[in-house]
Amino acid sequence: MPPNPQLNANGELQHLLSIEGLPREILIRILDTAESFVGVTEREVKKVPLLRGKSVFNLFFESSTRTRTTFEIAAKRLSADVINLNIAASSQSKGESLLDTVANLSAMQADMFVVRHASSGAPFLIARHVKPHEHVINAGDGRHAHPTQGLLDLYTIRHYKKDFRELTVAVVGDVLHSRVARSLIHGLTTLGVPEVRAIGPQTLMPAGVEALGVRVYHDVREGLRDADVVVMLRLQNERMSGALLPSAQEFFMTYGLTAERLALAKPAAIVMHPGPMNRGVEIDSSVADGPHSVILPQVTFGIAVRMAVMSMVAGH
Amino acid sequence: MRTLIRNGRLVDPASGRDAPGDLLLAEGRIAALDGEAKGASADRVIDATGLVVAPGLIDLSARLREPGYEFKATLESEMDAAVAGGITSLACPPDTDPPLDEPGLVDMLRRRAKALARARVYPIGALTAKLEGERLTEMAQLAAAGCVAFSQANTPITNTQVLWRALQYAATFGYAVWLRAEDRWLAQGGVAHDGEVATRLGLAGIPVFAETVALATLLELVRSTGTRLHVCRLSSAAGVALMRAARREGLPISCDVGIHHVHLSDRDLGYFDAQCRLEPPLRSQRDREALAKALADGVIDCAVSDHTPVDDDHKQLPFGEAEPGATGLELLLPLALKWGAEQKLGLAQTLARVTSSPARILGVGAGRIAAQAPGDVIVFDPAADFRIVPEALRSQGKNSPFLGHELAGRVRATLVAGKVVFEQP
Repeated sequence: MPPNPQLNANGELQHLLSIEGLPREILIRILDTAESFVGVTEREVKKVPLLRGKSVFNLFFESSTRTRTTFEIAAKRLSADVINLNIAASSQSKGESLLDTVANLSAMQADMFVVRHASSGAPFLIARHVKPHEHVINAGDGRHAHPTQGLLDLYTIRHYKKDFRELTVAVVGDVLHSRVARSLIHGLTTLGVPEVRAIGPQTLMPAGVEALGVRVYHDVREGLRDADVVVMLRLQNERMSGALLPSAQEFFMTYGLTAERLALAKPAAIVMHPGPMNRGVEIDSSVADGPHSVILPQVTFGIAVRMAVMSMVAGH
Repeated sequence: MRTLIRNGRLVDPASGRDAPGDLLLAEGRIAALDGEAKGASADRVIDATGLVVAPGLIDLSARLREPGYEFKATLESEMDAAVAGGITSLACPPDTDPPLDEPGLVDMLRRRAKALARARVYPIGALTAKLEGERLTEMAQLAAAGCVAFSQANTPITNTQVLWRALQYAATFGYAVWLRAEDRWLAQGGVAHDGEVATRLGLAGIPVFAETVALATLLELVRSTGTRLHVCRLSSAAGVALMRAARREGLPISCDVGIHHVHLSDRDLGYFDAQCRLEPPLRSQRDREALAKALADGVIDCAVSDHTPVDDDHKQLPFGEAEPGATGLELLLPLALKWGAEQKLGLAQTLARVTSSPARILGVGAGRIAAQAPGDVIVFDPAADFRIVPEALRSQGKNSPFLGHELAGRVRATLVAGKVVFEQP
């Protein structure tokens, strides 16, 4: 393998492209840094000057509201200037290539690119072509990775469960197409979670997923048994009926998280979801809004985690 | 014009000969060997001391990109690259724009190639009109225009009724059909081998059974039609196993493998290296080993460059969006030598996979060093290293997974029909 493109010569975080390949110490440092920022976000004046004078470009080649917004809030709380570009509606449709777009923005003195792209690996391509002082943060690429989501999931789990080394984590749903699942699985195995389960039908399980260190379950009840953490994945509309699944209703019937199924998990289990949720498809409303749900705190922590990542890649 | 090549190590893969000797070429052919050649009068003498003298390479798949894709490469640049790589005959697949589905196009390509007077070009005609898999091409007319076989390049026929009829029709006239074994539905949307690496990288996978399902179908149709089938670019261990059994059964089949596929596996994708985006996809390490071994034991007849020039605009993209393919004409010889060394084969055995063996499939007399054989000969230094960098490649295709690597095997001279068409000190 070529050297890990996320780390500089000193082994420090130059870009954040994927959780895979990041050493445990760096993951822990990100979570610890995020913890210090949670305090900031609860203050009346929610700003720190760590990125003052820096320009952060939100480069979303695929539309997103939530992730883009939380990155924007995170950058502003670090006192950076934020420029949002909705590329899906601009230069790409005029035929400009990905690298040309980036070169042009780079000429506008960018310091950091937050990139979302429908193709797996796109942020890696960008990271190979930016200037040494420019940093790339992957905000979701194809099915490959969504590292800040994975980190905020890890943060949430640590917040509620403390020790990773005694946990059983169940990830339920469309693992095949999920960058959230891939990032979280790498994070969990790196931090020493002894049992990570992937639950879903064969049609939504990628080939050889066991090699990532997960145990595959097709029976949701078996998979949820004694779990400490249940992570529900979003099922995209276009995949709800066709050759992968017959219908959203049947998916809910076979894999949806109901109170009755959740009762198979540990009594103190937490329920997570990366959002946006499809109520009645992946998850029943009574569970989404119930006492086990930590879905809204996830969003809050997400801002602190993104602040931590941005400040760390920029060298603070 | 009489040319004498003196003091070389004369290797003839067809007979297994590997011994010092002299070679005389006259009137476009090999006129004499050894004693008969020694001291013969000649217009030109090439001193091959310390070098190998062997038949020119025969490449069963090289895309010249004409007509239609001249911005990626031209016939001239690619023919230069071919002879610089020691390739004296090449077959070009029909996936040009428009595809080679009309006699006029084939005729034009042959004339243009002939005028350039470098390697011999053998066009492969389209099996169906526009390669759309619906209507048969005028195969008899295409054959009369010079097509040596019929193919679908990288767009398999999905309709099995059409496939059956196409094989029947070709068999009627004894034409060979060259097809890749890939089920289009199973491969749909995929960009990498469906396995651990694709799962990690989040790339849509092409399962091995996309190859074996299609191959089983093809073999079954060959059993019924008796068509001479050449299977192009085998990619998996399971595919090798099917071919092995079918050959044992005595079916009229042959097959090739892309030279990259005996050296690389999906692990080489690293962090989304689009240079490794190939068709078929690079599969697992186990598959790679099976292919390399099958090429040595003869279940796979020959290795091809599958030369595909791709311009930077289409390669410098996220992995799944990048155009598949790699440059190959100038890498075929060094990569074949590397494979032969890894398999611990002699030079004659190694070269057979890129000379005498493809000559047999093509049905031509080249690919051997023997009196009266065509005067297609190369002189090369098997030990000389060269670094694969874009500037060193004559092809307009500068895309290769081996960029930056050092490979051994440099061509010093290439002769086609007895004439020196390439030379470098």
